[in-house]
Amino acid sequence: MAEEKKKKIFNSESAHALVSELRKTFNTGKTKSYEWRVSQLKNLQKLIEEHEKEIIEALQTDLAKPEAEIHVGEIGMLKSSLKTTLKQLRNWMMPEKVKTSMTTFPSSAEILPEPLGVTLVISPWNYPILLSIDPMIGAIAAGNVVVLKPSEVAPASSSFLAKYLGEYMDSSAIRVVEGAVPETIALLEQKWDKIFYTGSGRIGRIVMSAAAKHLTPVVLELGGKCPVIVDSDINLQVATRRIIGGKWACNNGQACVSADYIITTKEFAPKLIGSLKHEIEACFGTNPIESKDIARIINSNHFDRLSKLLDDEKVSGKIVYGGKRDKSCLRIAPTILLDVPEDSLIMNEEIFGPLLPILMVDKIEDSFALVTSKEKPLAAYLFTNKNKLKDEFVSTISAGATVINEVTIHLAVHTLPFGGVGESGTGSYHGKFSFDAFSHKKAVLYRSFAGDASVRYPPYSNGKVRMLKALINGSILGIILALFKLSKD
Amino acid sequence: MELVHVESLGKLRETFNSGKTKEASWRRSQLTGLLKFLQEREEDILMALKHDLGKHPVESYRDEVGTSIKSVNYALQNLKYWMSSKKVKVPIAAFPTRAELVPEPLGLVLIISSWNYPIGLSLEPLIGALAAGNTAVLKPSELAPQTSSLLAKSLPAYLDNKAVKIIEGDAIVGEQLLQHKWDKIFFTGSPRVGRIVMSAAAKHLTPVMLELGGKCPAVVDSLSSSWDREVAVKRILGGKFGACGGQACIGIDYILVEKNFAPTLVELLKNKVISMFGDNPKESHSIVRIVNKSHFLRLKKLLDDPQVKNSIVHGGSEDEENLYIEPTILVDPPLTAPIMTEEIFGPLLPIITLKKVEDSIGFIKSRPRALALYVFTNSETLKRRIIAETSSGSVTFNDAIIQYACDTLPFGGVGESGFGRYHGKFSFDAFSHEKAVTTRSFLVEIWFRFPPWNDHKLQLFRSAYRFDYLGLLLVALGLKRS
Repeated sequence: MAEEKKKKIFNSESAHALVSELRKTFNTGKTKSYEWRVSQLKNLQKLIEEHEKEIIEALQTDLAKPEAEIHVGEIGMLKSSLKTTLKQLRNWMMPEKVKTSMTTFPSSAEILPEPLGVTLVISPWNYPILLSIDPMIGAIAAGNVVVLKPSEVAPASSSFLAKYLGEYMDSSAIRVVEGAVPETIALLEQKWDKIFYTGSGRIGRIVMSAAAKHLTPVVLELGGKCPVIVDSDINLQVATRRIIGGKWACNNGQACVSADYIITTKEFAPKLIGSLKHEIEACFGTNPIESKDIARIINSNHFDRLSKLLDDEKVSGKIVYGGKRDKSCLRIAPTILLDVPEDSLIMNEEIFGPLLPILMVDKIEDSFALVTSKEKPLAAYLFTNKNKLKDEFVSTISAGATVINEVTIHLAVHTLPFGGVGESGTGSYHGKFSFDAFSHKKAVLYRSFAGDASVRYPPYSNGKVRMLKALINGSILGIILALFKLSKD
Repeated sequence: MELVHVESLGKLRETFNSGKTKEASWRRSQLTGLLKFLQEREEDILMALKHDLGKHPVESYRDEVGTSIKSVNYALQNLKYWMSSKKVKVPIAAFPTRAELVPEPLGLVLIISSWNYPIGLSLEPLIGALAAGNTAVLKPSELAPQTSSLLAKSLPAYLDNKAVKIIEGDAIVGEQLLQHKWDKIFFTGSPRVGRIVMSAAAKHLTPVMLELGGKCPAVVDSLSSSWDREVAVKRILGGKFGACGGQACIGIDYILVEKNFAPTLVELLKNKVISMFGDNPKESHSIVRIVNKSHFLRLKKLLDDPQVKNSIVHGGSEDEENLYIEPTILVDPPLTAPIMTEEIFGPLLPIITLKKVEDSIGFIKSRPRALALYVFTNSETLKRRIIAETSSGSVTFNDAIIQYACDTLPFGGVGESGFGRYHGKFSFDAFSHEKAVTTRSFLVEIWFRFPPWNDHKLQLFRSAYRFDYLGLLLVALGLKRS
């Protein structure tokens, strides 16, 4: 059965037929019901519960991801996302009453969430299970039908998703399309009601261009170089551990919110490097490249890309720790570089790997200008105890999110919107923000036939202007005065 | 031309980078400036609108000047709250963590407005952009030339010229502007140009907001009370011919009514048109003319089709020289004719009859989603069904257009009618980035977060993610195993 499916070519025609089919399902109104949404979300829960083993296998095949990271970074996040969504869904679906003013008196108004329709989720290879299912949770919770296109660069995870989503979910409304560039292009040619894309800025542009042809709104979860600014008077051990947690223990740096590079003072750099070396070995042993507690590089393309960053002559001699590479098992040791030039390759693209450049400044305050001279990242991190520095950091640095004294933990807080700004993306999700991302908030205004202000209608006269001014500005006194001055219309 | 833009846009960015526009005092000064412009230049504004569109001062004040003043005042009143950071609840498992949402400006934004409400649709978005602390370029429509000129020449005196620029011009200028990198583009206009705007924005990953249009239907139920009928008919005509002569994105495009009630409705409408606009509406000065020759010919063509012409029950006369088309009512023109497949944007009002008023739901659902849906009814059942079974930017019961004036309702489309929303706080949000700020302390570490990994740590994670705090505690204390 699986072989047959793989042999079939998925082209523009197939994509069109798929979208038509799903649109038919959506138009029946089935997916709008609370019961349907809950049933699908519960099916996702079951899927994850019953096939945890297979999820772990797939992620270990694709990325050699340590089991603990899988539980923290993928399974755990999904479980808590589903739990929150199921608990809150009824609330989220309810209309929100809003106040109305004199201008529309008498009236009542509300904002009503409704599904957008046929949605497309395109997910990346680094958290292939999480970043496929989490957006889908939002799409389903909001009552949409959804097509998932998982990344072919994580093939075991892609197969897992195709197989089990096919088994557990309502296939008249939820489908998975596996494939690579041709299949993605075929999908992007269709008319969607929303496209949710996680990946690179380069493809993000392609997705948005395709969406523009159909006026399809998009959410783009991209990346960027997430800086970590490290001040000197901090608890160095805790900060170091957290940095490691947000780099090598975070899919080996292959995450959109990973610590990309560090900025610290010339004075503090040696201490920080010493602490990093010490703590890296405490976490991963004396030969970190062999540690099973670090994910490997996803494939040889990325391995070569990362090697190129290290081979750049501008950074030769800058490696102060690590640097070992093993192409046969796609591993590069946790590597620290010090004082790399601004125009080196490593400082001009998102690293997405186990290389950590450290830049130095004279005063810690100088780090802000360095960060703002680059594109806005998905996250910016600061370690300090100085309140003034914290405030300046938050007010100066624009990023998807800013985190103080921690790295990447903000992802787990479902009451915070997760998304970028500028080059790091547009739109956000997690928790209720996921529901909102896939909803249209319809404005509903109830007026009665009573209380009609004839000043609104033609034929127009000067008296009407006075009355109108008073009405629009909600000024009761103005209305009374205008009434007295009003000539017969 | 392009060189000029590069230089002046660079200066606007410099202004933004200086941080000046983030200050509450600066934002207030700009909003106050807009208010003063509207109050002090009211005469000029009304004259410009009369010149460009033949818009009567009452209509201009009601729909553009008055609403903009209201919106500026609303922004001034609420600015402090809008700018404040909002604390966010954090799950106990992440204790001690503080989290808040901090709104920040996006940077340099581009606002492209349309010709039908050239003041309102320029200033409403501008209010949001400035309240949110951005620098901005406004490109008004060249099809409303005197208004465009007024904005370009007079508005700068009321605003910070180092932060706000008004650039006049046509589609070519628009295209040049679109080549630059903006932090947001706000576009009001047609779907065709909307696609061009979004495609250009995609190259720079610029987020866009598209306020488009569509065929906004008005469903009219069989109303029994003569008072209700009177009010409904006034509001329908006000929402068609009284809204920029039908040239409004939220104007009533066509009517859906039950066959039985149609003759009554048509009679009422005909009589009311005469009482509102007189026997010779052209002389009434109470109806906006067609904006230009090209739109006039487009509308004329809609009526040329003989089957459409035959369905005219009132009006139909045209005066090309004066760009005037009489308020025209049609009953059951063919559904395949362009008048029923394209947005009319003019003073032609088709009435489509249905067997039952409930059939309007299927009719609406089978067509692209409109910016606004209007329903005139006293039936709670019909109201509920329409809300639940159809989708549109907004739904308004027993009135039309007026939802535009409601600051607490989001104004925006869905599907073909656009995406994004504004008005009131939604304008502020449209031009802001809501930054998540999370702060932890160095005390209290979730020590099991770090490698080396082992089963014990795994157990702790399972408990933590289930928010099973007791379990967490027990495992941590070594009192519970998997």
